Amino acid sequence: MIHLKDINKTYNNGAPLHVLKGINLDIEKGEFVSIMGASGSGKSTLLNILGILDNYDTGEYYLADKLVKNLSETQAAEFRNRLIGFIFQSFNLISFKNAMENVALPLYYQGVGRRKRNLMAMEYLDRLGLKDWANHMPSEMSGGQKQRVAIARALITQPQIILADEPTGALDSKTSEEVMGILKDLHAEQGLTIVVVTHESGVANQTDKIVHIKDGIIGAIDDNSNHDKVMEFK
Amino acid sequence: MRFDQDTFTEILDTLTRNKSRSLMTAFGVFWGILMLVLLSGGSNGIEKMLWAQFNGFATNSGVAFAEATSLPYKGFGKGRSWDIERKDIDNLKKNVKSIDVITGKSSEWGKVVTYRELKYEDCTVQGLEACYISIEPQEMLYGRFINEIDNIESRKVCVLGKQPYEALFMKGENPCGKLIGIDGIQYKVVGVTMSESNISINGRMSESVTIPMSTLEKAYNKGASIQVLCYTAKSGHKVSEVEEEIAGILKSVHYINPDDKQAVGQFNVEEMFQMVENVFLGLGILTWLVGLGTLLAGIIGVSNIMMVTVKERTSEIGIRRAIGAKPNDILMQIIAECLLLTSLAGLLGLSAGVGMLGLADGLIKTDAGSNFGFGISLSSGIGITVVLVLLGIVASMAPALRAMSIKPIEAMREE
Repeated sequence: MIHLKDINKTYNNGAPLHVLKGINLDIEKGEFVSIMGASGSGKSTLLNILGILDNYDTGEYYLADKLVKNLSETQAAEFRNRLIGFIFQSFNLISFKNAMENVALPLYYQGVGRRKRNLMAMEYLDRLGLKDWANHMPSEMSGGQKQRVAIARALITQPQIILADEPTGALDSKTSEEVMGILKDLHAEQGLTIVVVTHESGVANQTDKIVHIKDGIIGAIDDNSNHDKVMEFK
Repeated sequence: MRFDQDTFTEILDTLTRNKSRSLMTAFGVFWGILMLVLLSGGSNGIEKMLWAQFNGFATNSGVAFAEATSLPYKGFGKGRSWDIERKDIDNLKKNVKSIDVITGKSSEWGKVVTYRELKYEDCTVQGLEACYISIEPQEMLYGRFINEIDNIESRKVCVLGKQPYEALFMKGENPCGKLIGIDGIQYKVVGVTMSESNISINGRMSESVTIPMSTLEKAYNKGASIQVLCYTAKSGHKVSEVEEEIAGILKSVHYINPDDKQAVGQFNVEEMFQMVENVFLGLGILTWLVGLGTLLAGIIGVSNIMMVTVKERTSEIGIRRAIGAKPNDILMQIIAECLLLTSLAGLLGLSAGVGMLGLADGLIKTDAGSNFGFGISLSSGIGITVVLVLLGIVASMAPALRAMSIKPIEAMREE
């Protein structure tokens, strides 16, 4: 599903900063993977490249067997819209739209009609247990509810992969578990490919595979299908 | 870019989200358009008011009259008074090819007109010839104007102006055939004219009783002298040319110094007409300059506010981009927002302006009851609308391009 070959990325803000130093990574369809690393390790940059939010300098990135390189902004938008579902740390809901409208927004950019769009949004909200909150604004919801709205928004386009950037970073431990539980269920029940970026070992431990990244290089890749890696950090 | 109900609600959403800001922005455009409409409508009205002064008067006409000389010539001293005479008319008609119609006009002022026991005081009695109607066309309410035979036979007939008619006769009463008295002479009424020109040459038609020229000459011992020469220029000739030729001939016939600027008095309707025309051309340009200037200030305001809005919405736009909005979607959204704001405000301003002009039109009426037309033409209305839409697009360009350049990654950086 994801094939990264020798990805390099350098930021040129004043002094050149070599962030990614030759990343090689393969993620298969249906995997539930976390990318773990300390702040400054390059994990966010990697996620931006995976999400086609940022360009890389050299190397090759295949997403669903398509080479993602030197795309125009329009193509990149199309790819993001069709292939990727984003879940952000700070939810990134649009504050003046209610839950249903937020969920329906990606379909708007696909040109789906209003009626059908809202119907689908309601269906996804229902799946996440937020049917009664469809007409509430983001400011009227708790963090966990907001993140569930964001998950519904990520799912509505039926993407190839879900990219989650610190999905529990702004949530308390109980809600964090809830959200991770939802991701786990999605993986288990629908076989979705999910990539979670986090610095919390507890979060990483919920996934089946942990990719450790440090100083722009991939260190170890641990098989975590028994969910026991967290013990090492204790 | 899709344009359907969704696009519209999307735009409305963002605009209504910050009502006071949208209102303030819209007000700038509203005000600009209102000013533009009021200025151009107002100047239209004033223009029509001034043109009304020329109503009922041939614009290719001129007037000449005798005044005291200001230079000595051939043994005559300066300050000599002279008269235009009947033979001058025939002479000028023969020698000045560019004259179309030329006729004399003499008047007696302050006369009392009587009919039965009724009186009309301070009346001007004008002596005219039939061809005078080419200079000041007459709108006859009853009967006819003075004709050639009246003059040849010096008939004692008269045409009443509006005011003497109203003073002496009942409204709706046909006075033709009735006899009125002026200075002890009985004149038979042959017509009533309703003409109301505001150009007065030897008295206004509406305040006068008109009798044949030859009758006036005999009744008041005018001899051969004529007070005023009225003429029109042939098409293709300017009145100022005719004016010069007439003055030249009159001067040579009457022993007046060719350099005397004062002896032949002239009044050039065409020149006045042209002057007013020029004044209004200038006024029109000024109106549009001021109006468009105000409008431009409003538009720059819109552009400015949209710029701030885009900056504030960096995160929102970034999110939209991240979940699949194409750069064009964002561009069109900002342009559409600008356009909606300017068009709504502008059309509101246009309507308010037209409404206010209509109100002014209803309030201010001329004596005759005809209104001035404080309005703007349909074409300027359409013109303003087109200008508005264009300016709206121009105003949105800078903020829209800026919004388009926002990278989705910035949505996350904003936090």
